[in-house]
Amino acid sequence: MSSPHTSMRGRFDFESIARWIVPGERVLDLGCGDGALLAFLKREKNILGHGVELDPDNLTACIRNGVNVLQFDLEHGLSSFEDGAFDHVIMSLSLQTVRHTVPLLHEMLRVGREAVVSFPNFGFKPHREAIAAGRMPVSKHLPYQWFDTPNVRFFTIADFDALCANERIQIRERLAFAYGELVNANPNLNAEVALYRLGG
Amino acid sequence: MNDFRSVGRVTPQVARFDEEIPLQSGASLLGFTLVYETYGTLNAAGTNAVLVCHALSGNHHVAGFYDPQRPGKTVGWWDNLVGPGKPLDTERFFVVGVNNLGGCHGSTGPMSVNPGTGKPYGADFPLVTVEDWVDAQARLADYLGIDAWAAVIGGSLGGMQALQWTLAYPERVRHGVVIASAPKLSAQNIAFNEVARQAILSDPDFHGGHYYEHGVIPRRGLRLARMVGHITYLSDDQMAEKFGRQLKHGRRSFHYEVEFEIESYLRHQGDKFAETFDANTYLLITKALDYFDPAFACEGDLRAAFARTRAKFFVASFTTDWRFAPERGREIVRALLHNGREVSYAEIECAAGHDSFLLDDPHYHQALAAYLQGIAS
Repeated sequence: MSSPHTSMRGRFDFESIARWIVPGERVLDLGCGDGALLAFLKREKNILGHGVELDPDNLTACIRNGVNVLQFDLEHGLSSFEDGAFDHVIMSLSLQTVRHTVPLLHEMLRVGREAVVSFPNFGFKPHREAIAAGRMPVSKHLPYQWFDTPNVRFFTIADFDALCANERIQIRERLAFAYGELVNANPNLNAEVALYRLGG
Repeated sequence: MNDFRSVGRVTPQVARFDEEIPLQSGASLLGFTLVYETYGTLNAAGTNAVLVCHALSGNHHVAGFYDPQRPGKTVGWWDNLVGPGKPLDTERFFVVGVNNLGGCHGSTGPMSVNPGTGKPYGADFPLVTVEDWVDAQARLADYLGIDAWAAVIGGSLGGMQALQWTLAYPERVRHGVVIASAPKLSAQNIAFNEVARQAILSDPDFHGGHYYEHGVIPRRGLRLARMVGHITYLSDDQMAEKFGRQLKHGRRSFHYEVEFEIESYLRHQGDKFAETFDANTYLLITKALDYFDPAFACEGDLRAAFARTRAKFFVASFTTDWRFAPERGREIVRALLHNGREVSYAEIECAAGHDSFLLDDPHYHQALAAYLQGIAS
């Protein structure tokens, strides 16, 4: 799968993820784009990282960045990876682009001890206002028009929390951000991006 | 072929080894010769050497040309990959190409004189395996003063040798580059090889492999073998696109001469090959392919077999390759991941089937160039 959001992956996201990683861990990054996060984690935490990326130009970019990358199609699942093969399995700003959301979350927790996911929050106040005004939201983290978006799932922080409860996926930590800053008050309304640390 | 990025005119060199080499079959050779070529310069630390392993019909002539009058006709088989500024950059790397043991382009093989009889070995040349080839290549590395290869790279059967290097000499290869390859042949792969062998073995001119003495070559058998092989190198789509059902003479003639363009193409490939390749070598290389199975000693468990690897890997497959389909590449990747090895895997969309690895598809060369650049720096 390709990662359309690579260019928007901010450092705020990276630093938070890095805090959850123990040096020397094995990390899998699904839809890793140009490998910037894995390169960052390798530099900061000396991880053994592998990325999964479908787009050939991103694949080459990963290799140029010194990142191990596997050209697998995530829509075919994570069957190439063994149970517990990784300490962390990351999916940064790509969850909304895959169709098989629930099986994928379970797969991430099968092959990884913990999963880290981030996604744009559809419930962000400017998005609600756009809908209220009768138009689909377009913003920094949802930059596409309705007819050309690679996103196939549209959901809020509250929706994702409910899904995790329903699927018995443990939310170990949740961070919410707007404009690169942490959001504490009412994140479902005030955060444009959410970042989760999940356990099985 | 006046490519300014060519390594230019090259001359094969010969290395003679007088020590006995034991072979997997239990036989041994008392001494042997390997023909090889080199491109670029070995650095003072000896850390920039790359070995290129050839597949079924290849040899030591990887890049450059022999005859400046006819550079296009005498160009190396992987010249689009190897040269100054090319993905395997000879301004950074010291690249070695070698004709394998049992070959027919100058290295000791069935056409060589058997010191025991004073006549060519012919069918008496012992069967050699991928393991044997790699052992012989290791002696060439010693001879050239190369302690460890920066990379060993190969496509198809060449990829198997790259894999074997990382298994047999884990401390002597830093990167394994395995392209359009497989960890072992399938029953279908072996079946095609067997048809090719039977074509040669049943040719009346084969004379039990001692055709040199009779002044003939089993041309018909070798030609058929190559025709069958060639079908497996191309994809169905590409064959349809290139030849379709085009008639050679524009009309149906109701005879067994060439009617369709594809027949003409296969016959041409077969004829060309039969003139330049030795049938005994063809037989033994197909057997080396069949026998290759590093998991065999580990009860079929490839993951266990790969436990001894230490190298980093680049593995590539091509979507339309049905001889060694992408799933075979992924098999290698999974076994490496199991052992915590660093591996990158490219699954290239290319229409040309197995032969894609010899072409210069932009995504393929771009990814490979990036990987090799990472090794150099």
